[in-house]
Amino acid sequence: MNKVGSFIERYQLSHFIILAVIIFVVMPLALDSFRLNMVGKYLTYAFVALGLVLCWGYGGILSLGQGVFFGLGGYCMAMFLKLEASSPENTAIQSTPGIPDFMDWNQLTELPWFWEPFHSFAFTIVAILVLPAIFAFIIGVAMFKRRVGGVYFAIITQAVAAILTILIIGQQGYTGGVNGITDLRTLHGWDIRTDEAKNILYFVNGVLLFVCLFAARFIIKSKLGRLLVAMREREDRVRFSGYDVSSFKIFIFCAAATISAVGGAMFTLQVGFMSPTFVGTGPSIEMVIFCALGGRLAILGAVYGALVVNWAKTSFSESFPELWLFAMGALFIGVVMAFPNGLAGLYQTYIAPWLQKYVPEKFHWIVTNKYAEEKPVSATTSATTEGSETEDSSADTKKSEKGDLSHAGN
Amino acid sequence: MFADYSMAELTSIFAMQGFAGLILFSVFVLMALGLAIIFGQMGVINMAHGEFMILGAYVTYLTSNIFSSYLPESVYGSYFFIAMILAFFVTGALGAFIEWSVIRHLYKRPLDTLLATWGLSLIMQQLYRSIFGAREVGVTLPDWLMGSYAITDMIEVPINGIFVMILTIIITIAVALMMQKSRLGKQTRAVVQNRPMAAAVGINTERVDRLTFALGCGIAGIAGSAFTMVGSTGPTAGQLYIVDTFLVVVFGGASSLIGTVASAFTISQAQSTMEFFLSGSMAKVLTLLTVVIILMLRPEGLFSLKMRR
Amino acid sequence: MRSSKRSLTGNVQRRTLLKSLLAIPAAIALAGSPAVMADSVNTTGLAVTDDTVKVGILHSVTGTMAISETGSVQAEKLAIEQINAMGGVLGRKIEFIQEDGASDWPTFAEKSKKLLVNDKVAAVFGCWTSASRKAALPVFEQYNGMLYYPTFYEGLEQSPNVIYTGQEATQQILEGLDWANEKTDAKKYFLLGSDYIWPRTSNKIARKHIENVLKDKVVGEEYYPLGHTQFNSVINKIKLKKPDVVFISVVGGSNVAFYKQLKAAGIDMTKEKPLFLTISVTEDEILGIGGENIEGMYASMKYFQSLPNDNNKAFVEAFKAKWGKDIVIGDVTQAAYLGPWLWKAAVEKAGSFDIDKVREASPGIELTTAPEGYVKIHENHHLWSKTRIGHAKLDGQYEVVYESEELIEPDPFPEGYQ
Repeated sequence: MNKVGSFIERYQLSHFIILAVIIFVVMPLALDSFRLNMVGKYLTYAFVALGLVLCWGYGGILSLGQGVFFGLGGYCMAMFLKLEASSPENTAIQSTPGIPDFMDWNQLTELPWFWEPFHSFAFTIVAILVLPAIFAFIIGVAMFKRRVGGVYFAIITQAVAAILTILIIGQQGYTGGVNGITDLRTLHGWDIRTDEAKNILYFVNGVLLFVCLFAARFIIKSKLGRLLVAMREREDRVRFSGYDVSSFKIFIFCAAATISAVGGAMFTLQVGFMSPTFVGTGPSIEMVIFCALGGRLAILGAVYGALVVNWAKTSFSESFPELWLFAMGALFIGVVMAFPNGLAGLYQTYIAPWLQKYVPEKFHWIVTNKYAEEKPVSATTSATTEGSETEDSSADTKKSEKGDLSHAGN
Repeated sequence: MFADYSMAELTSIFAMQGFAGLILFSVFVLMALGLAIIFGQMGVINMAHGEFMILGAYVTYLTSNIFSSYLPESVYGSYFFIAMILAFFVTGALGAFIEWSVIRHLYKRPLDTLLATWGLSLIMQQLYRSIFGAREVGVTLPDWLMGSYAITDMIEVPINGIFVMILTIIITIAVALMMQKSRLGKQTRAVVQNRPMAAAVGINTERVDRLTFALGCGIAGIAGSAFTMVGSTGPTAGQLYIVDTFLVVVFGGASSLIGTVASAFTISQAQSTMEFFLSGSMAKVLTLLTVVIILMLRPEGLFSLKMRR
Repeated sequence: MRSSKRSLTGNVQRRTLLKSLLAIPAAIALAGSPAVMADSVNTTGLAVTDDTVKVGILHSVTGTMAISETGSVQAEKLAIEQINAMGGVLGRKIEFIQEDGASDWPTFAEKSKKLLVNDKVAAVFGCWTSASRKAALPVFEQYNGMLYYPTFYEGLEQSPNVIYTGQEATQQILEGLDWANEKTDAKKYFLLGSDYIWPRTSNKIARKHIENVLKDKVVGEEYYPLGHTQFNSVINKIKLKKPDVVFISVVGGSNVAFYKQLKAAGIDMTKEKPLFLTISVTEDEILGIGGENIEGMYASMKYFQSLPNDNNKAFVEAFKAKWGKDIVIGDVTQAAYLGPWLWKAAVEKAGSFDIDKVREASPGIELTTAPEGYVKIHENHHLWSKTRIGHAKLDGQYEVVYESEELIEPDPFPEGYQ
């Protein structure tokens, strides 16, 4: 087996390729520039959903504050772009030229110190990747070292999101307030508002998404990934085996934060502004549903989840704006009750076996991995108790381990 | 900053500020009691708690309309009591239905109840919007609840504030008695502590679950009904309460009613004191931040049994 | 500040130059076929047929802002219906495409783009909050659309692609403060608002005016987060500081809580002092607050439903006939109603639906039939308008107690107030 195969099985590889074809070939050919840009925006949410697959699906840590990290990444990028848009020539009318317009309206006469480094693009990139991770690290150390988990963690992260929103809105001289940072124009002189630029950004976004997908795949397939699953199931046993449980949790939480922040930065680039609405509690929970719909254990599912929910949202609200919230609410309840493993579970349980009937046996590896038929866990049984869901997911792990072994055997 | 004011002025301001804190305390307790039962006792994260409260508010609104259109004016003053009782039963009944249709399938997956009830809250919001319109509705208060009672020239206390406080005391005592003394309360605690054993000694655990959930929702309904006096009634008003409410419950130590009351007291006094010295936004941020930091240092909350895994 | 105060003419010149450059070879090539250029009212490919013209309506129908934006949608639909009944614009019936901004700012940007790029609408009536306008604005500038924005707002903006039919902050505030100062001989002012850009900018302007022009004192300035519902502390502060005028820009659900608690705390707004002056409570909001809780409050705006002129009587009657007799009409609703009429007047003056021609024709457009009375579009795309003071009554309506004598000039970048 080649090197890729060491962490992506053939079956997984085929699904990666299908997704790549959809994102890089089908979408750009089928959609006009406007719709393509919208898909690009949806895909930035897929980063957050992917982060949630890691920390919620595998690590068992449900964060209701992923919007905070998405927002941090987005704001870092927005600060850089805003500084570029506020060159002294562009802002000559202001009482203090050279600072962003909203600062001028708020009587600031010089750039605040924490804005200064964002003149540098290199610093901005580093900040996007590192700042959210540091923030996640602080929260993570405080919480996981004290063995706070589950529900409490969810509620505290939600409160963090609420605090940050109020803070950003209140400090409008430094942050742009409720309007956010708007009217972003160029990246190193390259106009990001043109259709051409948006198309290019779409592909950049797609490539970055795949980088993150591969990274996530790598984490899951590594020893760390298996430890995470073990911890999620029986944390005490892992601890008694001598592992420092909290460090693994902190790591995965930071990784999820960084991935979300990349999505936020790409969002700012493609949409052209950043505002505190993405940091709030509502969007953060909405992002959890992208992940839940895709399948909380499926990294590719995260992408499909983000695409499907947002696509439905746009088309629904174009035709029946009144009904959109009903549909969204029903989706939440339906996914949780009937399909706890989301689209991925649906595929494994119903679609893959059906496809198998019609696909020649030689190509079965495209449809499913060969152990799939051992695991026809119906949605209803897994919905009844956590116990069976646990078995379900541990079966998943066992199976993929076997998959690995078989490849090693090859 | 106090140099400009006389001693008498300062005393009365501090008295009134203390009273403002007490009203805030009552509001927090009312918000959190229902959730403390549902979340603390049953472990269900009910994100639709705010929407249940707003349902109580809408019931009050409807009752007030019915009273003013169909009944003689002399009985209008008493509509508020009827409305509260109705609010309790309507939201309680809806709660029982939701428990039966959704929640009971999810007891083993607390994080999933969070998602499902969030979906429920979206549906309820849109229902309110379709039925009552997107605009806020104005609930007219009976005359005896309006205005204020002047203790001295400077100190005036709002009558509806006193009403909310008395109501809070009554409901808190009723809930505490019920949990400690009544059959349902004992059964609930038994089920929480050990479900299989409780079932083995003949407690109908499903029925207990349903009644407990309904009770929590019913109390939310009463809270919503009371809040028509101080807050707004609109489709999305419930969202405003949810973060605060959860923080109060968690800060108190989820499984303890005394903890909830104590935490509501601490948070409300901190917030109203800070509001007086700082701007409102900063006071809010500082309060929430303090609570979060304390929770990070002391995750089990103020009052709680040690329940580490 | 080129970002917001871009030269109106510069943009136009560049575009016309570009177009004429493009037009030369086109004209040579097409010299033999005049039919192609026949549709002179629409040279840029907008959605205009021989009988119809498409416009967009873009407001939040869902989400937290739906409460406020409903009235604007109703007003715009009414105006379009009335224009169509009079024969439409340049003989073409207006068809509208309604999109939902869902109280979500990127959605506003996205839907604006859809309306401009996919639907090719000739004008868009919409946006409500500053944040939604700020999000949509770059789209309108990039794709050269025309937005009619109805809300009173903080100013500090002037885009060639927006006509602001509501008042900017100085128009609304200065006249109101002068009036309050005269009425109460005020020395002390207290400023209170929700915590976001409009109240903060408004209070900044108010503070400068109070301190520099009226030579009085601001004794308190407070902000509460959007959606905050507990105001007892600030009410105590008001009691302690004993201001003569309390100037309020609290919005949304907080409004209801604030006035109910104010009333409960024993502050009687019908008394002479302190005088409560708001710039944020229209008749729409009173519906939720309840007339009994706000009786005696003063509001400084350009329009009240009770304005006694004939235009307004006809407007109120038509509005109620279409949307129900219990409905109320606030300042923003009326401003939204002006949008389609101002657009119609500009299109007819220009003799074309082309955005650039409509833009050029817009300054100087007058409307004598506006419910608020005579209005005129200023060079800076805002409206000349009068400011009025309303006195809230028990039934939830305002009684107009004062009206500025002259039309007030819009000044989105007020010197000395920034």
